[in-house]
Amino acid sequence: MSLLVRYAEQSRPPVHFFLDGQPQTALSGDTLLTAILTCANRLRQTEFTGENRAGFCLMGACQDCWIQVRRGTGPVERLRACSTLLEEGMSLSTSATVPPVMTGAAS
Amino acid sequence: MTHHLRADVVIVGGGIVGGSAALFLRQAGASVILMERDRPGSRASGVNYGGVRRQGRPPEHLPLAQRAHALWANLRSLIGEDGEYVRSGHLKLARSAADMASLEAYAARVENFGLGLQLLDTADLRRLYPMIGDSAIGGSLCPEDGHANPRLVSPAFSRAAAAAGATILDRAPVSDIRITPEGFHVTSAQAEITASAPVLINCAGAWAGELAAGIGDPLPISVIHPLMAVTEPLPPFLTVSIGVEGGGVYGRQVERGNFVFGGGRGFAHPKADARSATTPPDFARPERQAALRLLAQGTGLFPALQGCTIIRSWSGVEAETPDHAPIIGPSRIHPGLFHACGFSGAGFQIGPAVGAVLADLVTTGRSVTPIDAFRPDRFSSPA
Amino acid sequence: MTAAATTSLRPVIVGAGPAGVRAAVTLAAAGLNPVLVDEAARPGGQIYRQPPAGLTRPPEALYGFEAAKARAIHTALAPYAGQIDHYTETLVWNIEHGALDLMNRDASGQPVSTVLPYDSLILATGATDRILPLPGWTRPGVYTLGGAQIALKAQGCGIGKRVVFAGTGPLLYLIAYQYAKAGATVAAVLDTAPFVNRIHALPGLLACPDTLLKGLYYTAWLSLHDVPLHSGVTLREISGPDGTVAALHWRDAKGRDRETACDGIGLGYGLRSETQLADLAGCRFAFNDLHRVWLPERDDAGRTSVAGVYVAGDGAGIAGADAAEAAGERAALALLQDRGLPVDPTRVTALDRRLARFRRFSSALWTAFPVPAGWAHDLPDSMTLCRCEEITVGTLRQTVRTDTPTELNRLKALSRIGMGRCQGRMCGVAAAEVLAHETGRPVSAIARLRPQPPIKPLPAATLPAPVSGEDTP
Ligand SMILES: Cc1cc2nc3c(=O)[nH]c(=O)nc-3n(C[C@H](O)[C@H](O)[C@H](O)COP(=O)(O)OP(=O)(O)OC[C@H]3O[C@@H](n4cnc5c(N)ncnc54)[C@H](O)[C@@H]3O)c2cc1C
Ligand SMILES: Cc1cc2nc3c(=O)[nH]c(=O)nc-3n(C[C@H](O)[C@H](O)[C@H](O)COP(=O)(O)OP(=O)(O)OC[C@H]3O[C@@H](n4cnc5c(N)ncnc54)[C@H](O)[C@@H]3O)c2cc1C
Ligand code: FES
Repeated sequence: MSLLVRYAEQSRPPVHFFLDGQPQTALSGDTLLTAILTCANRLRQTEFTGENRAGFCLMGACQDCWIQVRRGTGPVERLRACSTLLEEGMSLSTSATVPPVMTGAAS
Repeated sequence: MTHHLRADVVIVGGGIVGGSAALFLRQAGASVILMERDRPGSRASGVNYGGVRRQGRPPEHLPLAQRAHALWANLRSLIGEDGEYVRSGHLKLARSAADMASLEAYAARVENFGLGLQLLDTADLRRLYPMIGDSAIGGSLCPEDGHANPRLVSPAFSRAAAAAGATILDRAPVSDIRITPEGFHVTSAQAEITASAPVLINCAGAWAGELAAGIGDPLPISVIHPLMAVTEPLPPFLTVSIGVEGGGVYGRQVERGNFVFGGGRGFAHPKADARSATTPPDFARPERQAALRLLAQGTGLFPALQGCTIIRSWSGVEAETPDHAPIIGPSRIHPGLFHACGFSGAGFQIGPAVGAVLADLVTTGRSVTPIDAFRPDRFSSPA
Repeated sequence: MTAAATTSLRPVIVGAGPAGVRAAVTLAAAGLNPVLVDEAARPGGQIYRQPPAGLTRPPEALYGFEAAKARAIHTALAPYAGQIDHYTETLVWNIEHGALDLMNRDASGQPVSTVLPYDSLILATGATDRILPLPGWTRPGVYTLGGAQIALKAQGCGIGKRVVFAGTGPLLYLIAYQYAKAGATVAAVLDTAPFVNRIHALPGLLACPDTLLKGLYYTAWLSLHDVPLHSGVTLREISGPDGTVAALHWRDAKGRDRETACDGIGLGYGLRSETQLADLAGCRFAFNDLHRVWLPERDDAGRTSVAGVYVAGDGAGIAGADAAEAAGERAALALLQDRGLPVDPTRVTALDRRLARFRRFSSALWTAFPVPAGWAHDLPDSMTLCRCEEITVGTLRQTVRTDTPTELNRLKALSRIGMGRCQGRMCGVAAAEVLAHETGRPVSAIARLRPQPPIKPLPAATLPAPVSGEDTP
């Protein structure tokens, strides 16, 4: 199920990534937000009620789109999905339950 | 048109110290008027780190800290809410063998005060606190120390005092104090009120020095701006409040998941309304280099923080004394005047007990808790 | 660049939208070497935002009537490449003691913070949507109007197949038009402003007849294509199974309850200025009755209360893209005048005249599309007001009952409203309206949230760069 609908510019080269562990495909030039929401219906879950969120402003103001991202074998980072471009092979997580100690501390 | 009020005691300052003094004085049967420049708990008491910690305080401060410890245990019955107070434990880390030795020496020195300190070696630390980075090699745990939310706790003291019958005047900056044989006449021109009482307590925080100087009883108080920062909410990873031997950084994870940490200094807010050249500012701001150093200290201690973001930083306005010990007790000049100020970055934990001591002093003439270390006249020749 | 480093500090401009770009080229044309800083990868700002590399639609497809202006802004910096340093993808997270703190990422992705001292500063930080929440507004599928437009413009995506645009303001009609043209079904355009307001505003709107005509064109086009347009509505609730968006419930001007099925909602009540940096720079603010917000005080040229600090464009009060260009140029000329450098007086006069016209027009816009009166009256206690900290209206009301806060920062300290990641950008306007309503005070008496650095989240791993000040961050 997807939230965003592609209306234009659909013939861009594909970019492969992992969403919650599953391989997915988006298009070159997609933000993390677009990549996720064209194949899923949430970006993240809130910390306090667990409600689904999918960003709001798309312009870096509301800060409601920070998600956990890993590039290759690097450490887990939090990035703002609406203003970060997707890169080949990124692992994106829409879950808030990954404790930072178990992931971020990887070294 | 100025209103005249009369009471047994007038308190200047509605921080945790003034608020708890008002509460305990009411409980002891005294009538109380508290005058606060802004809103109760809006200064140091409302913006501090929230550490409710005895560990690390000098032995001569511990009786007061222990009295406070007992009061914190009954916080809800005292102020009507728990203020997110938890006895999480306070873990003081050592980053070198020398630091560990000094933690051990401290533990030995305070053995008879009942802090229940537990010394942890490197293996204990790795096993019990895997989230702490390798720079720490050992530590000392005080299991019953903890932390609370200062934004909630401090205003609640004044609110509880009001519920107990104290007159809490907010937005009532004291602009003039006149001393006559009958007592103190404390005026707030802005609030159009003069409050008279035979007893005056100076709980004016960073502004206490100015107040004291204004009535010819100068105190050696300077102003500091401790720096704080907070991360976005994170999944639970740390229960204890953390300090480091030698200072530099301290941190805790609050109930909602944010990691709050402090260290270094901010600076006086440039926009501070300049009441006079010597008046401390109302607000302070973080200083950029200190802020970035704090981030490095925080991520150094907790590698887990590497991947998260800082959402806010802030600073506060706090009074400091030359020996870093507070000033608590009767004025050496004016009978009926008491000072309770100069908490030097550590007044939140002891705040409730300072209020209780002030109530003792006013109503019985002496404090059941030893407060010799805090005598206002201990500075030979105040500035 | 090293040459500049040995001379004096440089003027710095924050924001590479129409205001910032015009300011930069004006300074460069006068022989100065400004630094232009923006979080975005490419110049353009909000309205002329450029899609990432790889998306290829021409400006005509992206910006419609504004394509020529967009192209002009995108290409304006190139002739001055040797003179203007454009720091892209760089966040200004703090201002302190005459210097900015910048954060960007080095080649390895490591966030680095650099201190950039300035001798003069033009803040052209633009605006974001002004939001008044309604129950359900945090659900996936509900976006700001601006966000809905960015999805389309910068990503070729829509926020749904069957979309409602709701709130008020001219963008409502523009974005509905853009969605319809892109192939989405626009299920309704729901404007909370009564239609008669637009008639009252007409004389003022005639100050900018072109813009007025464009607005009329979008409305007419939508009507012709059978898109339901309603004004004077009350927005009530967003509903749908399992936290999704399936319908918007609203009340029409006659008081009848209506419901429109949809899978996406664009929401906004005009724009609000990004003023945090002006605040940190120490600029004095004043309450603006028309915009119902606090704005940095400035003269008509953009000079603030702090010498050497200027504001221009939507960041200084909402006036639109054309006004932003004029204001950016005017602020740059003011900077030159203040340095005793020669400026063309006829140009100054012409700009001042243009800006006066834009001010009349934008005042009329606020008359045409006002914040709905009494918005704070009927909110349910259960509605989330602060989406970061998930604070409800009920919590605010409870705080007002126990502590009687009279200004926003006290409410923040006690309730956490505005304490989250966005620092009140999304909830601040609404929280002020609620506090004013609950305490029976005018919004002007509620004060504004004090911004705290970092004004946007800063990676904890950020490392300081050496304090050179003059070189690239
Ligand atoms: C950032 C920071 C972190 C800290 N962390 C800790 C910690 O973790 N643990 C700990 O124990 N302590 C900590 N402290 C110290 C602690 O906050 C203070 O010692 C304590 O709050 C002091 O309380 P107070 O009531 O004396 O002062 P304040 O809270 O400053 O209250 C003084 C009040 O007096 C009022 N006032 C001043 N002049 C006048 C006047 N003329 N008329 C009327 N009213 C007046 C002021 O408005 C103010 O509200 C920290 C302090 C800061 C700033
Ligand atoms: C989504 C959207 C759509 C709009 N569409 C129209 C329209 O169709 N017609 C119209 O007339 N008006 C429109 N507007 C109004 C629009 O804001 C103005 O017309 C115009 O873009 C204002 O120009 P500006 O230069 O003042 O600011 P902006 O164009 O908003 O540019 C501000 C720039 O500052 C940067 N910035 C801000 N803060 C920081 C910081 N701390 N660090 C680094 N960079 C920063 C931003 O990244 C941005 O690029 C729209 C506004 C929005 C938000
Ligand atoms: S969606 Fe608002 S900041 Fe990304």
